[in-house]
Amino acid sequence: MSPPTLLQRLLFHGPPAHPLLYSFLIIAILFAALLASSIAMFCIWWERKVSARMQSRHGPNRVGPIGLLQSPADGLKLALKEDLIPTSADHLLFRLAPYLTFVPVFVCFLAIPFAPDLIFQPHLSAGLFWILAILSVEVLGIILAGWASNNKWAVYGAIREACQMVSYEIPLGLSILIAVMSAGTLNLLAISHLQQGGLHTWLCFRNPFTLAASAVFFIASLASNKRAPFDLPESESELVAGYHTEYSGIRFSFFFLAEYCAMFVVSAIQITLFFGSWNDPLGLIGYYSTSHNDFFLLLLNLVALVIFISKCLLLIFIQMWIRWTLPRPRIDQVLYACIKVLLPFSCLLLLGSALWQLLLPELPGTPWQDYDPWHAHSWLSTHTTPALLTQLFLSLLAILFLLITLTWITHAYLTGKQSIHKRLPGADSPHATRARISPQYN
Amino acid sequence: MTQTLLFYTFATLTAASALGVVLSRNIVRTATCLLFTLLGVAALFILLDAEFLAAVQLLVYAGATLVLILFGVMLTSKNPFTSYQPSRLELLLSLTIAIIFFTSLTAAIHTLPSPPAASESSYSILFLGNALLTDYLIPFELSSLLLLLTMIGAAHLSNPRKPTSNQ
Repeated sequence: MSPPTLLQRLLFHGPPAHPLLYSFLIIAILFAALLASSIAMFCIWWERKVSARMQSRHGPNRVGPIGLLQSPADGLKLALKEDLIPTSADHLLFRLAPYLTFVPVFVCFLAIPFAPDLIFQPHLSAGLFWILAILSVEVLGIILAGWASNNKWAVYGAIREACQMVSYEIPLGLSILIAVMSAGTLNLLAISHLQQGGLHTWLCFRNPFTLAASAVFFIASLASNKRAPFDLPESESELVAGYHTEYSGIRFSFFFLAEYCAMFVVSAIQITLFFGSWNDPLGLIGYYSTSHNDFFLLLLNLVALVIFISKCLLLIFIQMWIRWTLPRPRIDQVLYACIKVLLPFSCLLLLGSALWQLLLPELPGTPWQDYDPWHAHSWLSTHTTPALLTQLFLSLLAILFLLITLTWITHAYLTGKQSIHKRLPGADSPHATRARISPQYN
Repeated sequence: MTQTLLFYTFATLTAASALGVVLSRNIVRTATCLLFTLLGVAALFILLDAEFLAAVQLLVYAGATLVLILFGVMLTSKNPFTSYQPSRLELLLSLTIAIIFFTSLTAAIHTLPSPPAASESSYSILFLGNALLTDYLIPFELSSLLLLLTMIGAAHLSNPRKPTSNQ
């Protein structure tokens, strides 16, 4: 019997008597439902705001403060719409497909480590593998949706989705394997604990190959999520709306929610595997999590939750940024990029990572529990100085990159206002410009 | 109690969808029923604490094999809802095979001694990985060789003999 978790200690003062309560099934399901749908709704609103910003529009701004209630309003509208099923469609599969797409993504929330004690099932020894397995079921829902619609655009979308998923799953899996090789476990909680010693212990900074693998994972996750530039299964300019052409109302909203939840799930996997999970760059959360004061621990968990979700939202923002910036390649170019570029590259990375770990041993154990990550002595005494130097170099590189990006963004923000006015038509007269971008015409 | 209830739920799901696989004449519906059978078996694996096996089951069969089946149907079928009519001979043959298989399986389960209960460590991935790369290295490598041969064969078959004119 494993020791009771923090929430169990706070709620029941020990392991609860009833096994069903012990598994927290009901609370988990309720919480995941609320969390998943609120994250998806927020992301939908945010995507519309980001796209509007990039196209010099205002985006949703009427329902609620700064348009925040637009997504629930849209959801309500979709739920009230007429229930349409094409007469020539396969009715059973047509009805089944949205649930087959949404439910797997939703189940993935059960294995995501939000904070040291905020994880629904901490004892999943193959948690990472489990998430991947469940996510692979999601494709079937999309293929069935396209097939059951009995519409040529939908079938084309489904075929594209099938080929894209089957090919991009390989670089995705290989890049995950590189991180797992460095971590030595498949339990997402254990992987998170390995990175609690500060920026230099994050898995992406362990060696150059894991850093490259995190980039490969990001590209492959874009493809597996059908996000632009890999949104060929639903490319509007050629296929009407791809696999969900025939869907409307509440069934369409399931596809929509599933897409945004899947964005969150892959971002969460990437954060957990490469970018330090819930840990802050200084390793403070890992340092203080050995405390015995339950309410202090609860506070710490909440801080960790905020850090985890903000990191995920940052990755989601990058996904949106890419979507509204890059054009869409052709399907053969998408497959070429996977089979002939990403696949050999990730195989090389796997080989390189294995050799690196063989030649330059890392400091084994969990930071703060087995060694002090901020004291050079613990690294020097075990002859792992090269590993420490690599980690320091890579994390300094990342800090530099972040600083440059922040400077660039600040510069763009400070000078951007004028350049928008210069580029818009009718920029000569200030009145015309203001009218064009005023809320009435958004 | 909970375990038993869950076992019967998932066993019913597995059995019902397996019946659907056999009885449905529409090939895409058959594949969908197969998905639910696989999900039910994966759930039964989880009830036995073999979560790695459950994940492999989903990843390999649901994620890869079923996608390939559906992909094949979509690329090759002429009319939208392909259904097949098995002949009487096929029906007879498959029934005989099924009955022989079922009786021999039942006999085997009832006569053979039950295997020793697995310890906690034998389910862990660490144990599995160690076993695959030490005791069972040769079968493991042979199966990977088989997959490699399949891949080479597929690449050879899909390679056009003559370069196409429009490229």
